[in-house]
Amino acid sequence: MADLQSALSWYRRMVLVRRFEEETERAFRRGKIGGYLHVYSGQEAVAAGFISAMRGDDICFTSYRDHAIALLRGSPPGAVMAELYGKAAGLARGKGGSMHLFDVGRGFYGGYGIVGGHIPLALGAAYALRYQGSDRVCLCFLGDGAMNTGAFHESLNMAGLWGQTGHCPLVLIVENNGYAMGTSVARSSAVTDLASRFTAYAIPSERVDGMDFQTVRLAAERAVADARASGRPTAVEAVTYRFAGHGAADVVQPYRSKEEVEQARRRDPIRLLEGHLRAAGLLDDAAAEAIREEAEQAVLAAVRHSEDSPPPSPEALHADVYGKEA
Amino acid sequence: MPILSYREAIRTTLIEEMDRDPTVILLGEEIGLYQGTFRMTADLLERYGPRRVIDTPTSEIGFVGAAIGMAMLGLRPVVEMMTWNFSLVAFDQIVNNAAKIRYFSGGQVDIPLIIRGPNGAGVQLSAQHSQSFEALYAHIPGLHVVAPATPAEAKGLLRTAIRGSDPVIFLEHAALYGSKGEVPDGEFAVPFGAADVVRSGRDVTIVAYSRMLGTALEAAAHLAGEGIEAEVINLRTLRPLDRSTIVESVGRTHRAVVVQEQWRPFGAAAEIVATITEGAFDALDAPIERVTGADVPMPYARNLELMALSNAGDIMRAVARTLYREIPTPNGRSSGGQSDA
Amino acid sequence: MPEVIMPKMGDAMTEGKVIRWMKQPGDPVAQGEAIAEIETDKVNVSLEAEWAGVLTEVLVPAGEVAAVGAPIALLARPGEQVVRPPAPTPAKPMAAATDVAPAAALPSAAAKTETPASEGAGPVRASPLARKMAAQHGIPLSAIHGTGPEGRITKGDVEAALAAPSVAASPGGAAVAIPLTRMRQTIARRMTESKQQVPHFYISVTVAMDDALALRRQINDGKSEAERVSINDLTVKAAALALVRFPNINASFADGAVRRLSEVNISIAVALPEGLIVPTLYHCDRKPVWQIAAEARELTERARTGRLRPDDLTGGTFTLSNLGMFDVDTFAAIINPPQAAILAVGTARPQAVVREGSLAVATVMQATLSADHRVTDGVEAAQFLGEVRRLLENPVGLVIERPAG
Repeated sequence: MADLQSALSWYRRMVLVRRFEEETERAFRRGKIGGYLHVYSGQEAVAAGFISAMRGDDICFTSYRDHAIALLRGSPPGAVMAELYGKAAGLARGKGGSMHLFDVGRGFYGGYGIVGGHIPLALGAAYALRYQGSDRVCLCFLGDGAMNTGAFHESLNMAGLWGQTGHCPLVLIVENNGYAMGTSVARSSAVTDLASRFTAYAIPSERVDGMDFQTVRLAAERAVADARASGRPTAVEAVTYRFAGHGAADVVQPYRSKEEVEQARRRDPIRLLEGHLRAAGLLDDAAAEAIREEAEQAVLAAVRHSEDSPPPSPEALHADVYGKEA
Repeated sequence: MPILSYREAIRTTLIEEMDRDPTVILLGEEIGLYQGTFRMTADLLERYGPRRVIDTPTSEIGFVGAAIGMAMLGLRPVVEMMTWNFSLVAFDQIVNNAAKIRYFSGGQVDIPLIIRGPNGAGVQLSAQHSQSFEALYAHIPGLHVVAPATPAEAKGLLRTAIRGSDPVIFLEHAALYGSKGEVPDGEFAVPFGAADVVRSGRDVTIVAYSRMLGTALEAAAHLAGEGIEAEVINLRTLRPLDRSTIVESVGRTHRAVVVQEQWRPFGAAAEIVATITEGAFDALDAPIERVTGADVPMPYARNLELMALSNAGDIMRAVARTLYREIPTPNGRSSGGQSDA
Repeated sequence: MPEVIMPKMGDAMTEGKVIRWMKQPGDPVAQGEAIAEIETDKVNVSLEAEWAGVLTEVLVPAGEVAAVGAPIALLARPGEQVVRPPAPTPAKPMAAATDVAPAAALPSAAAKTETPASEGAGPVRASPLARKMAAQHGIPLSAIHGTGPEGRITKGDVEAALAAPSVAASPGGAAVAIPLTRMRQTIARRMTESKQQVPHFYISVTVAMDDALALRRQINDGKSEAERVSINDLTVKAAALALVRFPNINASFADGAVRRLSEVNISIAVALPEGLIVPTLYHCDRKPVWQIAAEARELTERARTGRLRPDDLTGGTFTLSNLGMFDVDTFAAIINPPQAAILAVGTARPQAVVREGSLAVATVMQATLSADHRVTDGVEAAQFLGEVRRLLENPVGLVIERPAG
């Protein structure tokens, strides 16, 4: 069993993520957050497990379901929420919004809105890390839907090639939450054993229970260590479930039954971890309540910060289209 | 000053920049062992090794996207697009990622990426391999679009591109690869957004770039024989576009002919025409003329292909219309290139 | 419809510019009260309300130009509902106009450019450069022959027009292009048209003015400054009486026909800093000299203060231009169409003359008649001018009752 003592701190962060996402949905309903909003609830163990295995100087890329990645890498909740509110104090100065959180200082190279489009970026970033002579590793989170894009296949083929000479310290994490928007894996992939796709490109992979933090974390540690040591890509398929709709506007979900969602909720990753911690005597009612209260206060402070922050100045409109010399 | 071909100017600059800066690396199809489809990267694999000269599979999404990721991490990748026709496969990477990441990240990363390769028609390459995509890319904020017409420009613009911090669409022209010209030695660079007045004249302004510059100069030489002094502007970069040089020139000549190889509708010439009407409306003595390629997929048969491309005679006829004159045009060949309204 | 329209305030006026609104929507307006100031080709005039009511809407904002006859505001009569008319785009003049408005963009200070729609018989085709050049030189586009496609006027056409003798080319040396005021544009256009289209001929006489001067002294003796009569007033009267005897010269030429005019109304040239203006003295044949003098003084004053009324600028049948006060001996004037003649008089100065075989000193004045050869001929013009001279040399005829016939 991995170190449960340290799992407590990830439990605390997963609670924060869950509470944060509840608040983003609320703000979306109230019109405070515009555009698309994709919440992470249900998948917390995947991001927490992998980010717990990252070193401080490792980097990661993900898709548009990106709030948890930023929060778990340590971005201030106020800055993340302010970005969703479209404020100058946001993580991307209010220019990216929910789908494009970015915190390069914490090794988070962004959320991307075109499914699969970020996978080759992560491939090149991994190459660059190794080219620069470091042993840093690049993690790339992607959904099951992204595995059907050309970008996925081209990137994995090249990752496999570049890995042959140790130039691709890339960890690919498939967050298989069962659906690409509303299309199930069975309806979108000719093979439902998604990990087998990695075999085609000579990339080692394993499939794990994505709802159990400890399990994910162990797999993540193996994958990250392997990539770091060998400079070769590795892949993990974490089987998980999205409790919320694809987007916050996805109120009606004809593609799945309420019963199915209820069934999944019984294996809520936060309660699973909480059970482990309680069983090990690391968490009691008072401590759990304190953690919830801490998350509550952090999220409310983030909302206040976002409400009170000014929007970007008009000058920001034309800023950062090009670099300084242009 | 040494005389170099356009191809040698580009290759020399790649070598100079790779020698100077180890973060400059090359990616592309057939650039290593094969020596480059147009031999632009001949011997570079041997010289710099496979870590810096990366032969990629036929995966435009993959290697363009990877180059963007490399650029985000501080490398200066120069991607060879075997021809720009293949760039459409990577269009999402170029438009949705390269052009936008700086902006939607709130300025957290530079994207010092060059994608270079031949753009435009060759000889009998037919519909899929003869296209000019400058307008497509120049439409996109976040990209620079560069189209050198001479060996010296090819060198100077490539150096500026490699040392910059933004993605550059570097449009070469295969028809120019063998063309020769004086190329300054050393740290010579040409800034973006500075058009070159190649020939001065008082009667009409001809705006051109890339291969059509030569055609425009040929037309100008013939026009001089008719007593018409054409000013010829070589744009060099389409984004940024040197609007003030164009407007200033038309302010003096009162007439303009804009030349492009690509299709007429929504092309680069349309933007330049709009720029002139915005900046020099009161100076105009005639409608601005466009000389463009025919509005068809490129045909294979040589006679049809020649009809689809514009020539010096088309430019001369357009100039004559702006002067309300009739002049003899030397080119007897009937051209299907579009140069009338 | 309670529409206030852009009034026609001059023969040549096809449009006017609203300088400012003195009343705002919602303001009550008394009949005859000034509601707006209008800039016409020649003067700024107050537009007075024709009826009492409430100004409900301004259709043409200050600074904008409207065609003659176009509604520029709505002035509701008491209790009246206001229906908004169609958009007040400058339309063609309501009245059949024989001349057309200047075509090009008119760079009068801060003014909107004129729309081509007021171009009379449809828009004139001209390149933007040609329009600008023509406006700078005060040449109406209608006076330029376009050689481009479908008659488009180009830079070369404007240059050809400038080089043509009918339009003064700019003299050599560096020149500063001065944008024309509306008044200068009108003068430029009308005088160009006159010199190009009216076949002028000229006849000069020398008039002995001693008796006229003596008469003037008698009339003015003991009178205040405001009551005095000038040589010009006497000349007006002499011309008016001569026109009665030669009605063919009191005529207009338009649309290929000569029209003899029933009234004798003399336009007098008044120099303003902005240019020449010719307000009209009505019925000079029937008014005594002292009344002509009083009206001329008032008219000149109104012209100099920009307060001429529309009527002041219309209705002239003959023009008198006097440069005597500038010590000019002799000059010839350009006819003010559609009038048939104009009389140009110089200064009256003492000169040696031969009288009854011996030298004497007399005060003489040169008078030159410019006449339209389509209307009259040399003999008739000479007889008319002789009558003017006779009346001035025997000035008692100017102050006695009008002779019969």
